[in-house]
Order: sequence, then structure tokens, then C-alpha cells
Amino acid sequence: MAAIAQPQTLSLSHFELQPGEKSILRFSTAGSVDDGKSTLIGRLLFDSRGAFDDQIEAVRKSPINRSSGAIDFSLLTDGLRAEREQGITIDVAYRYFSTSRRKFIIADTPGHEQYTRNMATGASTADAAVILVDARKGVLPQSRRHASISALLGIRHLIIAVNKMDLAGYSRSVFDAIRRDFEALSPALRHPWLTFIPVSALEGDNVVERSPRMAWYQGPALLEFLENLDVDSSQSDLPARFPVQYVIRPHLDFRGFAGQLASGWLATGDRVVALPSGHTSRIKEIVTFDGHVDRAFAPMSVTVTLEDEIDISRGDVLTHVNAVPELGRRVEATLVWMSAADLETGKTYLLRHGPNEVPARVTEVINRLDVDTLTRRPAGALRLNDIGLASLEFARPVAFDCYHDNRRTGAFVLVDPLTNLTLAAGMIERRLEAQRRRPTASFIADRVTPPERTEHFGHTAAVVTLASRPNLLEPLERMLFELGAHVVVMRQPVSPLNALLEAGLLVLTPLRVPGALSAGSLQLPDDSEAACKEILEYLRGEGILRTRSEYDAGEGI
Amino acid sequence: MAMAQLSHLRALEAESIHILREVAAQFAKPVLLYSIGKDSSVLLHLSRKAFHPGRLPFPLLHIDTTYEYPELIEFRDRFVAEIGARLLVYTNTAAIEQGANPYDLGTAKCCGLLRTRALVEGLKHYGFDAALGGARRDEERSRAKERVFSFRDRQGQWDPKNQRPELWNLFNGRVDPGESIRVFPLSNWTEFDVWQYINLENIALAPLYFARPRTVVVRGETLIPVEQNVKLLPGEQPQQIMCRMRSLGCTPCSGAIRSDADTVPKIIAELFSFRRSERENRIIDHDQDGSMELKKREGYF
Repeated sequence: MAAIAQPQTLSLSHFELQPGEKSILRFSTAGSVDDGKSTLIGRLLFDSRGAFDDQIEAVRKSPINRSSGAIDFSLLTDGLRAEREQGITIDVAYRYFSTSRRKFIIADTPGHEQYTRNMATGASTADAAVILVDARKGVLPQSRRHASISALLGIRHLIIAVNKMDLAGYSRSVFDAIRRDFEALSPALRHPWLTFIPVSALEGDNVVERSPRMAWYQGPALLEFLENLDVDSSQSDLPARFPVQYVIRPHLDFRGFAGQLASGWLATGDRVVALPSGHTSRIKEIVTFDGHVDRAFAPMSVTVTLEDEIDISRGDVLTHVNAVPELGRRVEATLVWMSAADLETGKTYLLRHGPNEVPARVTEVINRLDVDTLTRRPAGALRLNDIGLASLEFARPVAFDCYHDNRRTGAFVLVDPLTNLTLAAGMIERRLEAQRRRPTASFIADRVTPPERTEHFGHTAAVVTLASRPNLLEPLERMLFELGAHVVVMRQPVSPLNALLEAGLLVLTPLRVPGALSAGSLQLPDDSEAACKEILEYLRGEGILRTRSEYDAGEGI
Repeated sequence: MAMAQLSHLRALEAESIHILREVAAQFAKPVLLYSIGKDSSVLLHLSRKAFHPGRLPFPLLHIDTTYEYPELIEFRDRFVAEIGARLLVYTNTAAIEQGANPYDLGTAKCCGLLRTRALVEGLKHYGFDAALGGARRDEERSRAKERVFSFRDRQGQWDPKNQRPELWNLFNGRVDPGESIRVFPLSNWTEFDVWQYINLENIALAPLYFARPRTVVVRGETLIPVEQNVKLLPGEQPQQIMCRMRSLGCTPCSGAIRSDADTVPKIIAELFSFRRSERENRIIDHDQDGSMELKKREGYF
């Protein structure tokens, strides 16, 4: 048998986009009934060879042809029997085509009013949205609704394809009027980039090739625009977030944390903290089947090992210690309600946030968005296809970012624990402070006394032995912890310092301890209060010190 | 650090690995449906990547219709032994004993018994709560709307009008006893992506995919290789033709195409030069309009 081979270290170019290779662009399409969306997609598939000859032949032979041309392109994309019979698209459908530069994934979403949930679904993974407007009809409530939902779901690039220009005499004034109407809306939308392209899906004008019939239009054809679109939502440019999906433990010497980087970069040697537990360590290895890498970036799926044996499981998030996410139990979030059963405040739902699953409840519905007027009105409940702002409370602290900062770690869905159905999509707007009285004591330089500790912790110091019932250790620890006690289980004798650290305490010492943060090396002012405040800032910067409310219990569920 | 991007194949790979790990974490008893075809070979390769350096956390299940190509079974047994995976084989023996075959029953009914029924029964027999499959959304129109985590009721049926919303990369795998989820990690891959990835990763494939002279009969526009259980229709003459399979099915029902492509790069070049979707040579999909959707409603993969 051969000696155990050293794992090969791979160059990152093994994964990274190289010249001549394709990137992926995901876009959603939305349009009203009859505005030619299916025809437009059919043409993109047809002209870019995304549809196969036999599929085109089957459509050519179909007894249904609602178009005036030889091929009803919309039949290429209308999938299910029911919708072919009714002539409408009833669910999100995914389409694929590619050019030499890009692979495109289209989330084709229905235009029918009652299907807001599908539009949100299609928009959730999209980098860009193509919104069709019928040149003869102008900006309809539907178009506004599509733009609004796309912007709400964090799509920065909205492409308004003004379709059926052939039926509007390829008129510049028609196009300009629609453009003005839409631009008047954009302040109400959230900072999306608007691009307007006049097209005829039926005739192929400005779809793949620039059209000679609209010489007044100087911009790119639709496909040309999509091919060159700079996707600035690139998750790799954000702080590192590595949600642990699965622990790989083939033998005692290997404990790997498997996951897909939600954002940012990780490198071997990086000092990381696991949230919400707060354990810190350094990255030892980044493992892939193809070999080890020194660095990895979102959205790579990798397996990470750490220098220290710390307790991490599915749902924990590894981040750099100096760029931690929010941590808390109460948030304000936009909900897209997707179930026929109305939202019930106070009812326990399951929050699915990355790999994390936590009981959660909606404590208050604050307002509902009127997607036709883009205004918010007070509301007490949310129904199917409603969009609204609500306060939520989680049973345990969750590490998250706000959705507008990070689409991966700011998103969640709510699941009904009884029916198992997915009820709502959520986007976190902000963390809510827990209500808690905080003393604003003047600076006291004295030592903290035992009675003060007792008052602060709500208990005195004590050792409780459960030698005869060791299986009670964890349940009792949990129960005391939920009561707010500072409690820790000690199974084996440990060094005094480790015992204190395992208890989650901050230890200050005049001794030189390996691995300690050295606050003494800071340039500190002479004044004690000012010096201590500086050290507090340093500890905040290191991600050690959080605001108190991040750990506050709230009401509990 | 700077912005970086993955190539489209590495991005697809990372997404599929994420889905595979979700399955291992969310389900008590998952299984990978291994048909030995190129898509499930890619799926198996991605599974090895997802759990490296650990072992596969689920077994493989092959639904054997008993009309399989012998060289496929031979490849299956060799490959599974090589990677140390656990293989389960399930056959609808009751239907076979009652003489189920495509000639007397027609392809629709035969498939219903030997694939659909066998699959639903096999999953029930072992008590699997999640079944991983290599189906792709670009294969057929009804698949374009299927979720990555696709719910099946106690009868193994799919209700296309009542699917769970699926947003971002958040997958809801919660089921009650008897219900299950079919999971499609290759949902966003196209046939080109699959072939390019096979080439990039050097994935071993069954020899049926590669062109060589085979004894076939010409039936309509399809070449049917003459195997021991293939019955010839009146007037059909076996002949030697250089051909290969684009998609693998049972011996009587999956046809070959005329081709010289005997390597993966040649197959990719051939795909670029003609544009016929791969399922066209599988007779079952053309039984009736929308036939794949009907099969899926009944539980076909």
C-alpha cells in the first residue's frame, strides 16, 4: 500500500472564471397576459439555439397557433397541459440558453395578477429582470407591480422591454412616452437601474440583433445587453459568511464543516468565530474533492477544518471575527405571503434561514404594500399574495444580515410546522432592539464585588454535582441557561483559564498568557476612563464585545 | 478581497453540492436513484465531491426493468464496487412474472409497471423519505416547472398545480410519514453542461454512449439495437450501423442514432452540429402529447 499522499494544493484558477469560459446570468421575466413574453423567450431560445429542432417541429405541428406567424414561439415555453389549454402560464418555469459568453437561466414568471408568489419566487435568484410592456397599452398596473416586486427582491437591473413596436409603427414617440411614465415611478422603487429597449419579439427586432427599423434607437439589442451586463450583486465582494450545512466526520482525525460560502472569502489561517455560539478558532484547511485550496470565495461549496476542537453544528455561521453579522432574536422583515391560509400573529412557525431552522412567530403586522400605487398602508394581517412589513421574534438568536446588504443571509422562508407547507418569503429589513433597561452609571473604577455579581447574574457561584445522574447535566444546563443563569457543564477537570473561557466569560489578567489579546500594546491615554473606553472599542473591533441587546432574551416562544 | 466569479460549470457544481448536502442533512433516509445513465453518473460524481473525504451518506437504488442492456449492468457493478458505494436493485417482479413487456402492453403501460410502479414500490419498500434523481429542467416542457425539492404524496404522485414555493437556495424538505421528496440537484444543468462537465471531470460513462458498429434494425427514424429480448417487427432486417445512444432506456424502447462520435469531445462537437433533444429517441415520451407530464403525475421520475 502506498504511503498516505499529501493532499494536493490547488490553484484557485481551477474554479475561477478563465478567459474563454462562460459565466452565468440569471434573469426573471414578467409580463401581463398577451404582452408577448412567451413569444420573446421562445425567440431567444430559437435564435440562440436554446430550443431543439424536434421541440420546434412539435410546436410547428401543434393544432394550436395563436400567433400570426408560421411558428407560435410561445408554445415552446408553455409547459403544462392546463396552461396550454388555457393559453396562460401558471407557474414559474425555468428556461436555459447560452451564447459563447454566458449561460442564461430564465425564471419565466406568470403575468396573472393572483400569482405574486411566483413572481417573487422567480425574482429571488435573479440578477436582472426583464419586464415587458405592450407598446400599444403603455405602463399598466401589472408592469408597476412587476417592477416593484423585482426591486423588493433586490434585483438591481430592471430592463423594460417595450414590445410590439411593430404594431406601434416603430414609433420613437410611443417608446419615449412609456419611458417617461416608467421613470416617473422609479423614485418609488428601490435604487434599481432602469434600461429601456424597444423590441418586437414577433419580428425579432432588437431581440438578438439590432433592428434597422428603429434607427433612432442607439442602444444595444436585448441579448447584447444581457451578455454584457455587469452583475454587481457578486456575493464575493461582501463580508465572509459560511453557513455550516453538514459536519463530515469520516474518522476521529477529521472533523470538517461543509457548506457553501454565502458571501465573501475565507483563507487558511483566518481567525473566525462561529455564531451564535461565539466560539473562535482559525481556519486550518479548506478541503475539496479536487484538492485543498488556500482561499475560497462565494458561492464555492467547500469543507473547512479548524485549528481548535470547538462545538459547531449545522446552522452555525462562520465569519471573520472583525466583520460579524447581526445577532439577535427580533427583526423587522418584509413578508411575501404565499399561502391560502392567512398569517396569524402569535402562531409558531418555523424560520428557515440558510441551513438554520428556528421556531419563530410574527408579533405584529406593521403595514401592507399596495403594489399598484407603491404606497404602504396600515394592516393587521396578510393574505395570499400580500406583501407587508412585520416584526418577528425567533426562539433562539440568529446570525443574519439585512437583505439589502446581503441577499443570501438576509433571506428566509416561513414554514408551517403542522402542514409542512412553505407559507412566506421574508427579507430582513433591520434588527429590533430588545426592550431592556440599561443603567447609565458614571465611571466607577472599583473592582466588581461578589454581591454585584450575584445581582448581575441572578445567582451566587456554586458547584452542583450530578455524579449519580450525569444524563441530567445537559437538560439542567439548558433550563438554567434559559432562566438567564451563567451556567457551564464541566465533564473533565480543566485548567482554570479554560474553565472560565468555556463559561463564556471575559477574563482580564496581568499575566502573560499565550493566545491572549494584548490590550496593553495599544497606545492608551493616561486617564483611566478614556483608556478603558479605548480598550472597549478595541474589543468591539475584534468582534469580542457585542451590544448587550444582541444577547437579550426577549419574551421567548 | 476582490470580486471573483466562478465559471458556469463550477457554479453549477457548487449549487448541486449544496443541494446534495441539504438532502443528507434534512432527511432521515435518503437514496440516490442511479440509472447508470450520464446524468446519474454526474450526480454520483457530485455526491462523492459533496461528502469528501467522508463516504456517501446514502445508498444507490437502481430500478431494474430486466430489459436493461447487459453492458450497462456490467458497467454498474464494476463502477459501484470501484467507488465503494452501496447499491440496491429493485424490480417489479410481480409484473414481470405476469409477463409485462412492451410488445403486448405498449410502451406506456409497460413503463408504468416496470419503471413508475417499481420506483414508487421500491421507495416504499425501503422506506426512503427522499430520492435524488438526475433529471434536468431542460429535458422536457413539464420539467421546466418542477421544484428542486419536489413533493410527492403518499401515492408517490406529483401535483404540478400545488407545488411548494421555492425561493433563493432555501429548500423545504419537511414531510410526514409515507410522503417523500424527489430532489433534482441537476435542475439548472442543460445537456451541454452535462457533457462539458463529463469532459472536464473525466467521468466514466457506460460504453453505450460511444459510437461503434452495432447490430440494429431501423424503426421509423430510430435505430433499435438487436438484443436478446428485442422482438423484430415483420419485415425488419438487422444490419450493422455505426451508432450510439443519446439517452439510455430499455432495450426495446430506446433507440440509437447514427454517429461516429466515440469520445466525449466528439460527442460535444456532434451536439453542436445538430439540435435534436435527447429524449426524442426514447419512444415513451411520444406516446401521446404531454405524455411526460402524465407519467410524472403518476410518479415517474
